Amino acid sequence: MFDVIIIGGGPAGLAAAKKCYDEGLEKILIVERDTQLGGILNQCIHTGFGLGVFKEELSGPEFAHKYIEMLRDTRVEVMLDTMVLEINRDKEVTVINGNGYQKLQAKAIILAMGCRERSRGAIATPGSRGAGVYTAGAAQRYINIDGYMVGKRVVILGSGDIGLIMARRMTLEGAEVLACVEINPYSGGLPRNIVQCLNDFNIPLYLSHTITKIEGENRVERVTIAKVDEHFQPIEGTEIVFDCDTVLLSIGLIPENELSKVAGIELDKRTKGPIVYENMETSVEGIFACGNVVHVHDLADNVAMEAEKAAVGVCEYLKGRKSEGSVDVTTYEMIGYTVPQHIHLPLDKNKYDFFFRVRKIFGPSVIYVIDSEENVLARFNRQYIIPGTMEKITVPKVLLEKGKGNLKVLIEEK
Amino acid sequence: MTELICIGCPRGCHLHVDEENDYKVTGNSCNIGAEYGRNELINPTRTLTTTIRLSGGNHHSLPVRSAHPIPKKLLFEAMEVLNHREVKAPVKCGDVVYADILNTGIDIVATRDLD
Ligand SMILES: Cc1cc2nc3c(=O)[nH]c(=O)nc-3n(C[C@H](O)[C@H](O)[C@H](O)COP(=O)(O)OP(=O)(O)OC[C@H]3O[C@@H](n4cnc5c(N)ncnc54)[C@H](O)[C@@H]3O)c2cc1C
Ligand code: SF4
Repeated sequence: MFDVIIIGGGPAGLAAAKKCYDEGLEKILIVERDTQLGGILNQCIHTGFGLGVFKEELSGPEFAHKYIEMLRDTRVEVMLDTMVLEINRDKEVTVINGNGYQKLQAKAIILAMGCRERSRGAIATPGSRGAGVYTAGAAQRYINIDGYMVGKRVVILGSGDIGLIMARRMTLEGAEVLACVEINPYSGGLPRNIVQCLNDFNIPLYLSHTITKIEGENRVERVTIAKVDEHFQPIEGTEIVFDCDTVLLSIGLIPENELSKVAGIELDKRTKGPIVYENMETSVEGIFACGNVVHVHDLADNVAMEAEKAAVGVCEYLKGRKSEGSVDVTTYEMIGYTVPQHIHLPLDKNKYDFFFRVRKIFGPSVIYVIDSEENVLARFNRQYIIPGTMEKITVPKVLLEKGKGNLKVLIEEK
Repeated sequence: MTELICIGCPRGCHLHVDEENDYKVTGNSCNIGAEYGRNELINPTRTLTTTIRLSGGNHHSLPVRSAHPIPKKLLFEAMEVLNHREVKAPVKCGDVVYADILNTGIDIVATRDLD
């Protein structure tokens, strides 16, 4: 019997395991389907990790390495090359590996399965189906881990961080990146990545544009892009044609929740991840979740901090913490979602963090937390908030205690 | 006056650098931004990350980085040098795989263990 089984050995799983160990849990197991720990970090060879947790700028593999080293001489057990097939409410975890099929029993579970990329099927790009269309993450894996190039003349659809990072990576490896095409009027990536991945190499970013046609018999030969109107419909006469052999899709990530669904864990339609409480517990008692499986993070540091919350949640659960109901955290349309979506009562933490993303660019604004009678419990000033960066507010318990009923997070431009 | 976005951390502060006034930086939230703004106009630098060929191991490709930022104008030349470099497994995270790249005084180091 394990105290906790952690599913996934990326930064979420690693940081959760480390914290569970530090908090004194005895039997901790990480199950990872890959042959190595680190998750997506193994292919993110660029720097930009660790400023939050380690106070230095690390590459993805270095960030993973630090955790792997910290876990090395501990009791934490790791099963690699092992796929979790099913979990249930009784905390039974069914796994398969070279030794066959096994059922493991845990007292608590932490979901840390990360996310997968949206692929071409998830969007309607008309045109033939020649080779040369990859998701940006798949291309990243081919180049950085398997060591081969995927193309020479590249158009990137979507301006999320993976696409931006790949624009620079392919350029450095000698490819020509002709354009990065984004349907929204703003980029989905971090501003620093626009600067160091596109501007540094004079790669044009076409905002409010999309790919309308991909042509080529056996391999991509040509791509047509066009400007879109406010309903995202292509505007005739604005077409630009690029001769290229490769298209990379960087059109978003979706939390990987097949296991959660089968276990009957309630998912949030907006995040596509489990609905969670402030301690990262899901709708099923004793099953916790953290990292990209809950909502898509831009920063592994935030993933690690969320994982530590889940680990503390597990420890409290195992000590028999009981809650007496909960309040809901809601939003309105300009805020896409919040994590957590619920808070356990009684309020027993000194402060409560709320994470969210906005749906458009906000200049100087105020974020309010109000209660069901519209009393303002807390307010936060921000100079600039963009959809590409996850925003965080921290509300002290003493302020939340004044509220009645459910909470709502709002934003207003000054 | 030049406008820049700081790449020092994910916050991405909007900087103003005043060339006429000893490259004085405003709009930064910390010292890194002040230094970045100044350097960016005088001698812009970037950390180079790439992979080099690995032989004798389970993987064929080793992730590496420059231990410190190198001049931006040397990025492609450094890539050219590293594309011809091959190292033998096992390698430890932090091992120098190419010392003093292009006479910058900066080493290229492995960013993970690989056997
Ligand atoms: C291209 C790219 C660039 C990025 N750049 C930065 C950056 O510069 N700075 C930064 O801080 N962050 C960056 N990030 C974000 C950060 O890397 C991620 O948010 C973080 O890695 C997510 O961690 P995770 O542990 O939730 O998921 P993952 O790293 O995806 O780990 C999930 C793990 O679970 C395993 N798994 C899934 N299902 C199962 C199963 N059924 N059984 C067993 N194992 C399973 C997977 O194999 C995987 O190893 C970037 C991400 C990407 C993709
Ligand atoms: S000025 Fe400081 S806080 Fe602002 S982006 Fe640069 S490093 Fe980050």
